[in-house]
Amino acid sequence: MSSLIFFLILLAVGFFFGRANEAAHLKRLETAEHALSHIAVNNLKHIYEPTEAGGVLVSGNVVVAVDYFKKIIANVKMIFGGKLGMYDSLISRARREAVVRMLREADALGADAVYNVRVEFSAIGAQPQAIGGAELLAYGTAIKRRSGPISPDPAAS
Amino acid sequence: MRDLILTNLETVPGRQITAHLGLVQGNTVRAKHVGRDIMAGLKNIVGGELRGYTELLNDAREEATSRMTAQAAQLGANAVINVRYSTSSISAGASELYCYGTAVTVA
Repeated sequence: MSSLIFFLILLAVGFFFGRANEAAHLKRLETAEHALSHIAVNNLKHIYEPTEAGGVLVSGNVVVAVDYFKKIIANVKMIFGGKLGMYDSLISRARREAVVRMLREADALGADAVYNVRVEFSAIGAQPQAIGGAELLAYGTAIKRRSGPISPDPAAS
Repeated sequence: MRDLILTNLETVPGRQITAHLGLVQGNTVRAKHVGRDIMAGLKNIVGGELRGYTELLNDAREEATSRMTAQAAQLGANAVINVRYSTSSISAGASELYCYGTAVTVA
């Protein structure tokens, strides 16, 4: 009986905190993505614009775990198969977070663009009972556009 | 070591590759910390980021990268191009971080 109560408490904590965390995280992501939107991100291998010499490897990573409520629901759903929407949102949020962290590093360097961005996933904890976490890593090459007389200012002359 | 250029492009922007010196690599295997694992277990109830692990893997990746750059420096390279990272979990508690690229000299 007491274990059932404990289980229900965990379920409730997971449900409420998990939801609150998710909403807060989405909000944070949106502001961060907006603030960093001046940096162009692409996964091209070849640079199509004039840049300053040299590039810097930038990366961002994040390890996330699913909350208890979602874990239980997912376990139940796994019996029947089909879409696991709760994992969708977890992984996509983590991927966005990894990209945002990479962009922060690029921003600190004063970069204008990040080329050849790769996003990599790795699961943490091989056993199902272990920490059900996943790491998302984003990395790419930060470059600066060459500041040349591309748009000459007529007022200056 | 800091002047070594790292990039995951096939060239170094604005520079000319003068010699290819071959593949360089670095790896490290890290196991999680018990204390961190307990915290992670608690965090697993509410969900969200496992900060201890983020740092652990970040440090490990830096270690793998520095091993790679040490190897490149030994070959006399001043840049490593086409750098790739890869992670694999060896057992429930340990991950291998691997970093590889091509050492080159650029002018």
